[in-house]
Amino acid sequence: MNKNIKFIQGNEACVEAALYAGLDFFAGYPITPSTEVAEHLSSRLPQIGGKFIQMEDEIASMCAIIGASLTGHKVMTATSGPGFSLMQEALGYAIMTEIPCVIVNVQRGGPSTGLPTSVGQGDVGQALWGTHGDHAIIALTASNHQDVFDITVHAFNMAETYRTPVVLLFDEVVGHMRERFFMPEPGELPLVERLRTSVKGGVDYHPYLPREDGRLPMSDFGAEHRYNVTGLFHDMWGFPSNNPGVVHGLIRHLMDKINNNVHQITRFKEYYLEDARTVLISYGSAARSALHVVENRRKRGERLGLLELQSLWPFPFGLVRKKCADARYVVVVEMNMGQILQPVRMAVDPPEKVFLANRIDGVFINPTDIRNILRLIQGKGM
Amino acid sequence: MMERCRLVFSGSGGQGIITAAVILAEAAVLHENLIAVQSQAYGPEARGGASRSDVIIADSEIYFPKVNQPNVLVCLTQEAYNKFYSIIRPGGLLLTDSRYVRTWDKVDAMQRELPMYETVMEKIGKPIVFNIFMLGVLITMTNLVSPESIIKVLETRIPPGFLEMNKKALYLGTELVK
Amino acid sequence: MAVKDYIRKRFFPHMWCPGCGHGIVLNALLRAVEQLGMSKNEIVMVSGIGCSSRISGYVDFHTLHTIHGRALAFATGVKLSRPELNLIVPMGDGDALSIGGNHFIHAARRNIDITAIVMNNRIYGMTGGQYSPLSGYGTLATTAPYKNIDHDFDVVDLSVAAGASFVARSTTYHVRHLADIIKDAVLHEGFSVVEVLSQCPTYFGRKNKMGGAAEMMELFKKNTTPIGSKAKKENPELTERGIFVRNEIPEYCSEYDKIIEKAGGQIKERL
Repeated sequence: MNKNIKFIQGNEACVEAALYAGLDFFAGYPITPSTEVAEHLSSRLPQIGGKFIQMEDEIASMCAIIGASLTGHKVMTATSGPGFSLMQEALGYAIMTEIPCVIVNVQRGGPSTGLPTSVGQGDVGQALWGTHGDHAIIALTASNHQDVFDITVHAFNMAETYRTPVVLLFDEVVGHMRERFFMPEPGELPLVERLRTSVKGGVDYHPYLPREDGRLPMSDFGAEHRYNVTGLFHDMWGFPSNNPGVVHGLIRHLMDKINNNVHQITRFKEYYLEDARTVLISYGSAARSALHVVENRRKRGERLGLLELQSLWPFPFGLVRKKCADARYVVVVEMNMGQILQPVRMAVDPPEKVFLANRIDGVFINPTDIRNILRLIQGKGM
Repeated sequence: MMERCRLVFSGSGGQGIITAAVILAEAAVLHENLIAVQSQAYGPEARGGASRSDVIIADSEIYFPKVNQPNVLVCLTQEAYNKFYSIIRPGGLLLTDSRYVRTWDKVDAMQRELPMYETVMEKIGKPIVFNIFMLGVLITMTNLVSPESIIKVLETRIPPGFLEMNKKALYLGTELVK
Repeated sequence: MAVKDYIRKRFFPHMWCPGCGHGIVLNALLRAVEQLGMSKNEIVMVSGIGCSSRISGYVDFHTLHTIHGRALAFATGVKLSRPELNLIVPMGDGDALSIGGNHFIHAARRNIDITAIVMNNRIYGMTGGQYSPLSGYGTLATTAPYKNIDHDFDVVDLSVAAGASFVARSTTYHVRHLADIIKDAVLHEGFSVVEVLSQCPTYFGRKNKMGGAAEMMELFKKNTTPIGSKAKKENPELTERGIFVRNEIPEYCSEYDKIIEKAGGQIKERL
């Protein structure tokens, strides 16, 4: 037996990955279907001298991890549906103040209390536009436990690289399902550590002045540099400013640091796209059903392929456009009313060749749902 | 072995059917070099009413993780039987406990009603190992995994004080159908 | 270090209205810190939103100006992740007890070593004079043109009930007393609350015809008395000032260290 083989839930794979990436502070509040993340971390973190705290609500959880990140720790919180809504205010604060942190959202059926124990993917749009004001975000997802691990590590790396919150959009099926998983050895996956300033004490340190490469070195709270952090528009010192030039520059910086690095951030997998006439685009657990259909149809010689997105925001427009260029039909498979369908239609030419195979009733989308849509589209004789 | 086996375990909360499902799937993955996925129904129904857990065991990758039509269906209560009998694949194995379930002849399946609960109470006297006894029956009828693989999992999951009783239940289960 | 070494001089004069009590609180706080001989690097000030929260911009500590009501939640993250730091959280009455009321009682319940200074001027000043949970029945505000029908909290009673292990009250009139109390609160190991009655002549005073800053401070003098004084017995309407509660109960971060030990982990080295 391979000693690294495990049979665990997706939520636990996420925990293992976070610890592998260097997580040592977690604050959260119980909510189905993400609770196992908090449960496992409450026992695992103190074993490595890390801290776990169950806060009074999700608002406080998000605030607490931001505070802990400022003292130099890798931090995470985990939630679902309504809890993610409560985190939006502080998520915006983390974006504005450029504090690295990871937010796990194990999606369930919504809106509101919705379907607490059923699967959904309805928070995709919210991950990008849930908090007010212009901004950019990184949101990642995965369809199986090995990928949950890799993507979670990637999330921590992206958070540190771009000094930004990263949202992990998992879902109930992936979070709760148990499957085989191989724990990577230390060093097997690259880790990005906190970039700290090399400016010495007594010399001016500018917490919000990007280096040439665009990165902003940090200084831990409690270390020799004292500075201000505020959710107001602020200058390179971190002090409030409503100077139009400063405001414009900061908004552009917050957007550009993410959107201009879409290639570094983007993660995807592709199956049989070389000659695919019909391209399925899917993500998260829905991609498992899509892949099931693709594998079965390929055996019959049908030219079907799958583009599995593992990063949803920033949306990889160029990638989607390229991969769908030669396809006759594109079918987006997701468990919502078309939240990724919309950017796919913006990316693909002509948009009329893009269709939606979805399920929104709390039942996990199954291969038959996808086959039914394929039959309808192909029956159109386009 | 078969290329892909889809199982549904059903019963009432507290009978340990989800634990049994997890142990079977874990044994297949960790000790039989097979691929398996396990999922279960959460929510209020998992706290008392009819509970359900799906397991797929295969020798190749499993993408769709749920079971629509099981080859093997285990029902440990009448409520579970009434709710799930219709999803079984025609000709599949439908295992029930004769104390709890009265089966219907119309079901197109190989129905096996066995006195599992009764045997557990007679030979061990503790209902807590009912689920492990059932696993012993099931793996003997299906040849999915060996009893040794199940025991390796039990050793990591069951407190030492209860291990012997669980092992005994498993072997008694295998003997019931030999 | 002189008191003025603790401030960021370039941001003065401050933005508070003439006569505002918050500058007096800042003064008392700086004197307390100076008398304790604390280094600027060991203090983290976390504030929320409102007039009071702007205090964090003026002090040369590690300063975290956060979102409305949430300062204690941010401070909890800072403190638990780095327990050797001293956390001071100035808050307004609305910030602390309306939008932040839940965070306030839970920080008190945990007894995490944070000093919360509730600068109670009974009004939302930053937004222009709306009633706060501390305005009190019968007061006037821009959102209570027919007089307020909301009853107020007693900050001291609330803090005690929520489990704060140090609870005190002072006023902007009793500035030396205030500095001494803040000193005790900062030294206290556990969650400490200092309620400071502070004047907002611009909105609360003017709306409620209480006169200017000097008259409002006169009222603090007239309407308050030391805890357990003879005057209080004679006139139960008087508001008491002083230290109401000072309990030694286990502090949250040191309790968490015990969890780390139980789990077999190593407590990370403190600086």
